[in-house]
Amino acid sequence: MTTNVLVLLDSPQTQLRSAALELLTIARSLGRPKAVTLGSPSVATLAQLGAYGVDTVLQAELPTSVSQDAAHLTAVVSQALATAVRRADADIVLLSATFPNKEAAARLAYELGAGLVIDAAAVRAEDGRAVGHKRVFAGSWDTSCEVLTEQAVFTVRANSVVPEPAESSVETEVIGFPVEVPASATTVTVVSREEKPVVEGGRPTLAEAATVVAGGRGTEGDFAPIEELADVLGAAVGATRDAVYEGWFDTFIGQTGVTIAPRLYIGAGISGAPHHRGGMQASQVIVAVNNDSDCPLFEIADFAVVGDLAEILPQAAQVLREHKG
Amino acid sequence: MRIVVAVKYVPDIHADRRFDAGRVVRSSEEGTLNELDENAIEAALRIVESLPQDEQESSEVVVLTMAGPEADTAIRKAYQMGVGRGVRVSDEALAGSDYFGTVATLAAAVRRLSDEAPVDLVITGMAALDGLGSVVPVLLAAELGLPQLTLAGKLEVDAQARTAQVTRELDDALEVLSAPLPAVVSVTDHANWPRFPNFKLIMAARTQPIEVWDLASLGLDPATVGEAGARTRVLAATPRPPRPEVEVVVDKGEGGRALAEFLIRNDLA
Repeated sequence: MTTNVLVLLDSPQTQLRSAALELLTIARSLGRPKAVTLGSPSVATLAQLGAYGVDTVLQAELPTSVSQDAAHLTAVVSQALATAVRRADADIVLLSATFPNKEAAARLAYELGAGLVIDAAAVRAEDGRAVGHKRVFAGSWDTSCEVLTEQAVFTVRANSVVPEPAESSVETEVIGFPVEVPASATTVTVVSREEKPVVEGGRPTLAEAATVVAGGRGTEGDFAPIEELADVLGAAVGATRDAVYEGWFDTFIGQTGVTIAPRLYIGAGISGAPHHRGGMQASQVIVAVNNDSDCPLFEIADFAVVGDLAEILPQAAQVLREHKG
Repeated sequence: MRIVVAVKYVPDIHADRRFDAGRVVRSSEEGTLNELDENAIEAALRIVESLPQDEQESSEVVVLTMAGPEADTAIRKAYQMGVGRGVRVSDEALAGSDYFGTVATLAAAVRRLSDEAPVDLVITGMAALDGLGSVVPVLLAAELGLPQLTLAGKLEVDAQARTAQVTRELDDALEVLSAPLPAVVSVTDHANWPRFPNFKLIMAARTQPIEVWDLASLGLDPATVGEAGARTRVLAATPRPPRPEVEVVVDKGEGGRALAEFLIRNDLA
């Protein structure tokens, strides 16, 4: 019996980012991949889906009574997903691990009576059951969790696999499906919703980036050296909660901010408070730059430089630029 | 105004956190009130304090948790902040509960509290710092059939109009949502600065009683919660090997070069 795996696509209108391609790669390893979207997929997206072996995209058609802003409400998204799951006869649903997706995943699992694993780093079929592997307690423990119900819902962390197209590509068909939205789903009113602009060709998003350069109090508010090194590496930029509270940067890495698990994390002027470590300790390689050699971030680092980040980062960026020629 | 704050007792993130037989070890020496729940308690107390005096007197903030007796530490912490009542749902059959068993139990306790007098708000922290799932508030709203206003960086309650409005910052958007009461709200650590307990409350909290409810008193079938009702099961939990010794370079003018060379050598650049 084939396992049908349904993947929610976050940005079908532009092109699929790495996180979505990773989900499609996992989906193919588990069974037959299908995709679901709330918006119309672009030509670029359809080409990517074909290359990844997805022959069907289900596109939700919401009633006109649901406004564009309300289409993002958890209760509406989960209703669309539940309808798609029935339509695709899906056994497993995969979503990327953003906060809105975690909420939609939870509500979907509630509707379906399905088991739910949040923030898996890997999903595998083991003895006929879907098993999620997670790294927990700030990356200090590995756990695995099997889903006992027939249907399973997972949110999957970015950078968990390397995206890999299918051996042969397929034709992708878009199939619209109507979604009935009960009045109870829209008891929440969207007073306003401002979407943050997506910069094409800009830096990768923090949650999905393979390389992250982050700054803390030690930057004293000057993120230029952080950004310079990030740009050479094609990395995302992040900060500590303190640095965000100071108004030096807008997004922080930490237990209550963005949790990341990139291939490479570089933290400069960051002491390594538990809150921050909880958000980045699952990174594969950790590099720390700090003028205090006793800072806790050094304890979990693979490579550390003691000194002034304003001197060290620009020099590193210069050497890397020369290396790349 | 009656507000239930659902809280969790978690291992201190500064302590050595571990698993035993697939379950998180929650010893009383190393456990604490989930730090983010302090924001939920603070939010609840501020809503009540903003009401006219007579309405404050008829208001109640109840902290609710599902755990063993060690979690009384967490409830006492809430008492120290000024919460008037604490309920702990405790039953051996609850061990091994997944998200859904936890939510069925908490929802049943909220319903029991609603039977006494209507509950206007259920407030939680945005996540528990052990599991970091952030899904219990959403599932509670679903189970109770109430609107959800989650991840609030700002929460405003209009007691007259009986509405709640939240501002939430997501990765890709900034939203303002509102809903009629009763509703389920989760707050982030940006929502407020939790107060420090004063000496008088610390003393009073020591002897303030804690209500303990079992499953039977909630009318819940033990087969639907705990390990028996769980839809997921932990197969294995193993500590990760310690990281190899850190390579430290002291910058004497070539630190940046050393960093770059480390990245190049490890194929990371």
